[in-house]
Amino acid sequence: MNLTGIFRTAVGNTFRSKLRTTLTVTAIFIGAFTLTLTSALGTGVATYLDVQIAGFGAKDVLAVTKTTGPEPGLGDGPAPYDPAVATAAGSPGAEPGASAGVLTDKDLESIAGTTGVLEVNAVVTVMPRYIEHDRNGKFQLVVNEATALTKADLAAGQQLSEDGNENRTLLPSSYLETLGFDDAQSAIGEKVTIGISDYTGAMHEVEATVTGVQNLTLLGVGARMNQSLTEELYALQTLGEPAGAATGYFTASAHFDPGAGSEQVETLKADLADQGYTARTLADQIGIFQTILTGIIGVLNAFGVIALLAAGIGIINTLLMSVQERTREIGLMKAMGMGKGRIYALFSFEAIFIGLLGSLIGAAAAITTGTIISNVLADTILADLQGLRILQFAPVPVGAIILLVMLISFLAATLPARRASRQNPIDALRYE
Amino acid sequence: MNTPVFAARNLRKSYGRGTARFDALDGVSLEVRAGESIAIVGKSGSGKSTLMHLLALLDSPDEGSLQVHGMDASQLSTKQVNLLRNQDFGFVFQQFFLIPNASVLENVILPLKIAGLGAGECKRRGMAALEQLEIAEKAKSKATNLSGGQKQRVVIARALVNNPKVIFADEPTGNLDTVTGERVEDILFSLNKDHGITLVIVTHDPDLAARCDRRIFIRDGRQVESLALETAGASA
Repeated sequence: MNLTGIFRTAVGNTFRSKLRTTLTVTAIFIGAFTLTLTSALGTGVATYLDVQIAGFGAKDVLAVTKTTGPEPGLGDGPAPYDPAVATAAGSPGAEPGASAGVLTDKDLESIAGTTGVLEVNAVVTVMPRYIEHDRNGKFQLVVNEATALTKADLAAGQQLSEDGNENRTLLPSSYLETLGFDDAQSAIGEKVTIGISDYTGAMHEVEATVTGVQNLTLLGVGARMNQSLTEELYALQTLGEPAGAATGYFTASAHFDPGAGSEQVETLKADLADQGYTARTLADQIGIFQTILTGIIGVLNAFGVIALLAAGIGIINTLLMSVQERTREIGLMKAMGMGKGRIYALFSFEAIFIGLLGSLIGAAAAITTGTIISNVLADTILADLQGLRILQFAPVPVGAIILLVMLISFLAATLPARRASRQNPIDALRYE
Repeated sequence: MNTPVFAARNLRKSYGRGTARFDALDGVSLEVRAGESIAIVGKSGSGKSTLMHLLALLDSPDEGSLQVHGMDASQLSTKQVNLLRNQDFGFVFQQFFLIPNASVLENVILPLKIAGLGAGECKRRGMAALEQLEIAEKAKSKATNLSGGQKQRVVIARALVNNPKVIFADEPTGNLDTVTGERVEDILFSLNKDHGITLVIVTHDPDLAARCDRRIFIRDGRQVESLALETAGASA
């Protein structure tokens, strides 16, 4: 029997016991369905993060922190006092991987002096008390801390700039209605008033122009402010502060040549590391989230694979019953000169076909339901995260899943197919 | 003198070991010539089926030698044996062994499919064999929906479809009533007379055995004189 003959016979055999085939295909269907959905979730979220980084991450900025030495061991006792170590107001950055060292003005100078660094700004935390537009009432204001590292995903207007040292701000789209704007476009060019209290508690007001409205993204929520607005607010916030109270910063943003290649960035990071600073691009920071995400997706995929393994046992069972039932037929085919290898191939093909059937239906069902779910979610609970399609189906992972299922099916067929191929025609054809 | 189809010398075959050992065949020699019809006669458990299995290369003897078309069977490779069974042998069984859910035509063309013939060629030759046995109108029926006589005709069509040189028939009329059985016998012997196909029939039916050119009587694994068995059969 040639290959097409074997394949055709195998396909015909799978349809001979329809109920049994249906049940096995259902088991595979569940596994393939789960796996396709979890992998689509991984693809969807990873794609979203990539788009965010690629689209809105500033490619020419490093977040620089001071590298601290290794933490003292539990039994080591306190480290010796060093008067040169600065302290900073506020709490250290909560981002994973950020060190708790503090940067002084001297540190900023030496960072600025590093070859390749164009400009250095200390990242300061300003805490405005309220925002107000057109005497419509005062509202609390949250400031986006990642302003220096990212660009805004704009709904209207333009990105922040420093032209003319004018105070500028970008408002999140969720602020518009509260502050009394009709839509994003009408907010552009309007003045808002920001209130901030100084060290002694006295309230000051600063005017700023709205130059844009931003969509909600993963990369920080809240309003963005340009450098001159931030500096003015910071000056007011520290007004009346005793000299020497806060002499350091946790993070500085260092701009470098936007045209620098990844090798040059690596050199720059290494140079800064030699001087005792930790420099990370936005991609480095996001990378930590991606690692966590990959872990979660991995666990979800493992569930899918477990379902598939259970389905594999189902295939073994189905084929063993099939071999049992067709003892006579196998014996007859062997008596008529069909070789061992072909009998083996016949049962293997049967398993692979069942696997193909189950995985094709499973993948198709997952793509259909996944697309519907994704669309519904994008319009409801994920509506604030513009551009996030939680489930994305790429041809390569879906194809890989189908191949994986066929491989598992083939492996599952080994035992029954071996048993069939070793069937002795005389025993099979002996009278009962 | 042309070479015999089968030349068996002193065949021995036993199953099991130790006390459970059972000698199915204990030194049987025979020759089968091309175009001949030969009956292997004996009661059930006499070893007649074992002898047929050895001749059809479905099993190999423990001792003794077997030549098929002048070739030593023990020297043939698995592939050659498979080819020989597929191209030169046809099988007819008492139990029919039709694939129940497949159509009559599919059952008949099984040897051709195993040989690797294309679908068109399979169908053409399968239909020809069914026509030869006057059962072509049942080609699309399921094998289970046929009467015993029809089933056996389908089985003969299947044995015939690859134009074999030898047909092995194991109790071909055992499951059929007398009239149907006789019709099946007529078909088998006409194949022998008109197409020169060698017939090897295993049976315990003296009437069927009597129609063959030659009879080999087997009792307790040994070849015996014809009369001895016939008197034993008559007194039983």
